[in-house]
Amino acid sequence: MNNLVFKRENKYLYTVKNTFKINTRGLGQYGIFVAFVLICLLLSFITPKFLTVSNWTIIITQVSINALLAFGVTFVIITGGIDLSLGSVVAVTGVVAASMAHPDTYPVVVPVLVGILAGVSMGALNGVVITKSKVPPFIVTLGMMTIGRGLALILSKGRPISNLSDEFNFIGGGQIMGIPLPIIILIIAFVICSIILKKTVLGRYIYAVGGNEQAAKASGIRVNKVKMAVYTLCGGLAALAGILLTSRITTGQPNAGVGFELDAIAAAIIGGTSTSGGTGTMTGTLIGALLIGVISNGLDLLNVTSYYQQVVMGAIIIGAVVLDSWNQSSQK
Amino acid sequence: MTLNPDYILQVSNLTKSFSGIKALEGVQLNVRRGEVHAIMGENGAGKSTFMKILMGLLQADAGQVFFEGEELRHSSVHEALKRGISMIHQEILMVPELTVAQNIFLGRENTPWLKDHVREQEAAELLTQLGMKLNPRTKMKYLSVAEMQMVEIAKAISNNAKVIIMDEPTSAISDKEVDALFKIIRDLKAQGVAILYISHKMNEIYEITDTITVLRDGKYIGTKSTKDIDNKHLIAMMVGREIESLFPLALASKGEVLLEVKNLSSKGKFEDISFEVKAGEVLGLAGLMGAGRTEIARAIFGLDAFDGGEVWLKGEKVTIKSPQEAIKAGIGYVSEDRKGLGFIPGLSVKQNITLSSLRRHSKRGLLQSKSEEEIANRTISELKIKASSMEQKVRYLSGGNQQKVVIGKVLQASPEVVILDEPTRGIDIGAKSEIYKLIRDLTARGMAVVMISSELPEILGMSDRILVLSQGKQTALLNKEEASQETIMRYAMHE
Repeated sequence: MNNLVFKRENKYLYTVKNTFKINTRGLGQYGIFVAFVLICLLLSFITPKFLTVSNWTIIITQVSINALLAFGVTFVIITGGIDLSLGSVVAVTGVVAASMAHPDTYPVVVPVLVGILAGVSMGALNGVVITKSKVPPFIVTLGMMTIGRGLALILSKGRPISNLSDEFNFIGGGQIMGIPLPIIILIIAFVICSIILKKTVLGRYIYAVGGNEQAAKASGIRVNKVKMAVYTLCGGLAALAGILLTSRITTGQPNAGVGFELDAIAAAIIGGTSTSGGTGTMTGTLIGALLIGVISNGLDLLNVTSYYQQVVMGAIIIGAVVLDSWNQSSQK
Repeated sequence: MTLNPDYILQVSNLTKSFSGIKALEGVQLNVRRGEVHAIMGENGAGKSTFMKILMGLLQADAGQVFFEGEELRHSSVHEALKRGISMIHQEILMVPELTVAQNIFLGRENTPWLKDHVREQEAAELLTQLGMKLNPRTKMKYLSVAEMQMVEIAKAISNNAKVIIMDEPTSAISDKEVDALFKIIRDLKAQGVAILYISHKMNEIYEITDTITVLRDGKYIGTKSTKDIDNKHLIAMMVGREIESLFPLALASKGEVLLEVKNLSSKGKFEDISFEVKAGEVLGLAGLMGAGRTEIARAIFGLDAFDGGEVWLKGEKVTIKSPQEAIKAGIGYVSEDRKGLGFIPGLSVKQNITLSSLRRHSKRGLLQSKSEEEIANRTISELKIKASSMEQKVRYLSGGNQQKVVIGKVLQASPEVVILDEPTRGIDIGAKSEIYKLIRDLTARGMAVVMISSELPEILGMSDRILVLSQGKQTALLNKEEASQETIMRYAMHE
């Protein structure tokens, strides 16, 4: 089973890598925004259920996990790297947090913090190996994907961990003033990530490293530190997503999160992040994630089976990037 | 070694090897405060390696560097910049997606929060000082190569450095900007800043430097006061022999007209360009940056479309829409952007030479290594490419040899017209003379050569006729006898 999953991901991965390597930008922030609005308009004409508060609450809640992962991987991709271990980080975090989140054991902050620590450590380990060994991130994080999956199975002895405390389950299922907590977490994470990228020196260095690593080095930037920061940050955000997921399904699942990294990478790319590094925005990624959510929601409402949904989604990823490359070349 | 307080930088016995090959061996250097000190030598002499060690981009295997009396053991650029050493890199090192101001201050944001507004103000002042009209908010990728180089210069001098290394700072800028740079160098000198100046342009060396240190094959050859050494002796120190004449005589007989361009125009780039080139002839294209020389070459070669005019080859009108068609028709083009468009650094000399003619070395899609090796060997010996073997990666060759590989590749298609765009940019004098010989060789074989160059001595020394352009218009077509630096410049500046 594991082997099969691995193969499937690998195949998809190659498509993602090869298709997007040639043509490096997504639709770009504005193009993707227009496309997003058009698709929303279209869906609201076709089905009245689409443009309702309750439906949008569902969409955004569902999108929140992918969006968190996509924010993390956006940092990484802007530096010119990639992180394929996100889905496994989600599983490890979930299992670790769940094992400490049974009722009447620790206060809820303990599983949350320990879970995040687990994800941060995995991200940092990715960073250490990538910067010290000079092995391409693609390979290092591919290895970490398998290691992480194994760890999650070891830690949980291959069984789902259930019976979690109400406090813990509140994270993914609760509401504050009528707003689901995942949406609040999503908004906070978005604001913080945007600020890091646009307003801090770290953000500037992330763009510089991906834009021209040699120039960054010659400017006195400690490139390895920037890369470390980026993979660690990405691991931390994946951990947060893992905790959200575990809390929402009220179980720590060692098999959770398979293939999540690809959806996250897709969101970033649709949102205009270039896989060759140097460009990308959090707003673009957020819209990319929302677009994926809206389309799968729309197809659900139209009773399209999930098999077809995958085909549509793949076509959209390619379409977004092709459109953008036309855009780019017409500007030249 | 004895420390002398007069010197801001003292280097002794510096040694560095790359995979067993010595790039530097026992190099020494003494630099005074407020001195412009030229580091000279052919390509492969070790100048860039030397400078990269001073800058912390590479680590030396042995030797000592004293900066302001303290031994420098920095292992990072970060440290070098902090101590007060900065560098203008030969290969322009800039982040294309960031703005001019962001690039100038990159790596020196001393707070965790960005202060772009303040920095933009400072960048604007700096650029004005350099005589540049440039919006600090423009993204780097929209600048011309000359503008990028000016930003690189602005970046290096904005660091308040005590020693500034300038590795070919003028390779892509026009005379006006060179004047602005030299004025700044003189100001910096007056403030006690020492400059290490690398350039292959002799006139610059004599104009701006005080002292010259020469390296050859990674070894220290000597240090002289600039006013005490003439051109001939300096070149002899660099190449280890005296070069009688840089430009070989044109002996090829002129044949039929091979390329004729009639009223070629491309909106916004150039208009109404007409010339012809005969077999065995070199036509020089002269003009300032942005005069449209490269654009004309690109249009002829099918890289860009043009709006009007005709291209004739051997008396027949041709329509060329792509480089493939141009190559088929017998045109070869060697781009000015050697690194970007000329060769693939990770492939070997052999692989690069045969890259565009692989079909000839394959049967049913399978490569025939024998025929490939034969051609590669012949090209290497014909063009005198210096490489450890045909399997050496082009990345590790000197600039002059890289250029020969590119020319070798272009020659595989047996072109009759060869367009060379800045064929000796960034190449040292010894290798330059070899490229010149090579160009004479091509004409002797009956090819027509169009040579674009920003170096007037090169244009004058090599061309049979010279087409001068100014702002996209053709202002003169001079015979060799009537051309001089002054006449060419006059026509190049013609409004």
